[in-house]
Amino acid sequence: MQIYLPIAEISVNAFLLLGLGGMVGILSGMFGVGGGFLMTPLLFFIGIPPAVAVATEANQIVASSFSGVLAHLKRKTVDLKMGLVLLFGGLIGAYLGIQLFNYLRSLGQVDLLVKLSYVVFLGIIGSMMFIESLRAVLKSKKGHAVPTRKKHNWIHNLPFKMKFRTSGLYISVIPPFIVGIFVGVLAAIMGVGGGFVMVPAMIYLLNMPTKVVIGTSLFQIIFVTAFTTMMHATTNFTVDIVLAVLLLVGGVVGAQIGTRIGLKMKAESLRILLAIMVLVVCGKLGLDLLIQPSELYSLGAGGH
Amino acid sequence: MLRYIALFLALAFPAHAEKIVADLSQNNVGISATFDGSNILIFGAVSRDAPIPDDGKTEIVLTVSGPDLPITVRRKDKKLGLIWVNSQKVLIDEAPSFYSISTTAPLTEILSDAEDLTYRVSIPRAIESIGAKIASEHNAEINTEEFTEALIRIRTNNNLYNIQEGAVKLLSSTLFSASIDLPSNLTAGEYTARILLTRNQQVIDQFETTIDIHKVGIERWLYTLAHENALYYGLMSLFIAIASGWLASAVFSYFKS
Repeated sequence: MQIYLPIAEISVNAFLLLGLGGMVGILSGMFGVGGGFLMTPLLFFIGIPPAVAVATEANQIVASSFSGVLAHLKRKTVDLKMGLVLLFGGLIGAYLGIQLFNYLRSLGQVDLLVKLSYVVFLGIIGSMMFIESLRAVLKSKKGHAVPTRKKHNWIHNLPFKMKFRTSGLYISVIPPFIVGIFVGVLAAIMGVGGGFVMVPAMIYLLNMPTKVVIGTSLFQIIFVTAFTTMMHATTNFTVDIVLAVLLLVGGVVGAQIGTRIGLKMKAESLRILLAIMVLVVCGKLGLDLLIQPSELYSLGAGGH
Repeated sequence: MLRYIALFLALAFPAHAEKIVADLSQNNVGISATFDGSNILIFGAVSRDAPIPDDGKTEIVLTVSGPDLPITVRRKDKKLGLIWVNSQKVLIDEAPSFYSISTTAPLTEILSDAEDLTYRVSIPRAIESIGAKIASEHNAEINTEEFTEALIRIRTNNNLYNIQEGAVKLLSSTLFSASIDLPSNLTAGEYTARILLTRNQQVIDQFETTIDIHKVGIERWLYTLAHENALYYGLMSLFIAIASGWLASAVFSYFKS
């Protein structure tokens, strides 16, 4: 069934969108990631204009992370204080990100910015995750215990220390603030929640306990993506609500199926699979930049 | 006296001896949520107050064009010896967002180059790119024609530009009909259907009518809201997202318990 998207101004198959939403939902349920980093490139592949894809995906992430954070709030695995510090940084980052996005859009380089960011971040995260989980698999076969993390690093020498009771931390607000800014910029230019960057940063950089990491990151993501959605909606008019709803429905159902599949699989093999998937998306986008495109020319709306 | 007037009229307005009378199957196309392209049937007749002149065949050229809009064409170049990046750009002052030509015979055989220039019939002539030509005079590296060709190529691949020679059926040099396919990726706006009657590559009469293509129903409502009340539209998008996130969580926790 074809459906005409009022903002993207193209006609697409509604079942294709439901299917995409469902597929990404399954993966996000399996791996506990938002899935924005997979959905946005998939939307590019099916011909949704990048500006619309990025803005609409931000809106969809509001829904999925809100749904996720409710479960975490019930289990009290959200560090609200840490979340607010991250959020404060995140809003500043998102604001800067939108300015950068609009500036490059006026230069006609927004596609390059979005694709390059994807290649760089998916490449780094994908390979790190792949190596780390491969090691874990090899170690668990040999029977060694996973080494504990370093407890002290340079981060503990920074000023403006604050107590984060839920996380059991007494650290400077500067590192979470900077992580927040960074994730905010990513959310604005990549149309992702940024969980795939924030979660490793919280674990390895801030030494937060793993059980509060996902909930806190979801809490922060809701507000940053909501802010991004509003910015895109009011400055670029690129949020397509019909597209968002179609992706949402598929995504919600898929996430529940994915969670059940994920429970039956081993954590290490799950992480390897996720790493491979991230690297495949990264490779495809990277090749698009490196190989001479079959059509060198592109059309941009408007004049100046 | 009357004979002189008749002779004078015949000499003064020879072009008006033949006139086109035409109509469309629809002057109004609505883009609804399930819009999947449309089709317009154009039909008409050549009305004459004299027998068909025998100095050449009657031919019909039909064009349908969408709103003229400025457009920027960008070309990717290899930068840093590694990645393909948008570099050169050319501004096309006005290009129809949709353009379709249907004729009774190959266009060059039934329309002279001079008439094509006057009436702006063929695809490259329908595109206005004076500004681009001026820009290319300042910058010798830019070849404007390549950019215009690229615009035509991309729009042709997207089914937005097409030429169908021989698609207009002409019966007894008098009755004609043609059907135009409108693709699903249309830009809304006022479209113009133009019919040219030609003989010996000269235009004898011209007929023009408009087709109103616009978003209807929820499509129109959402588009207008998004552009005119962006704040409310954004808040509504967020509300829908939050509500469905809550609903999903509520439904699944109900099933779990």
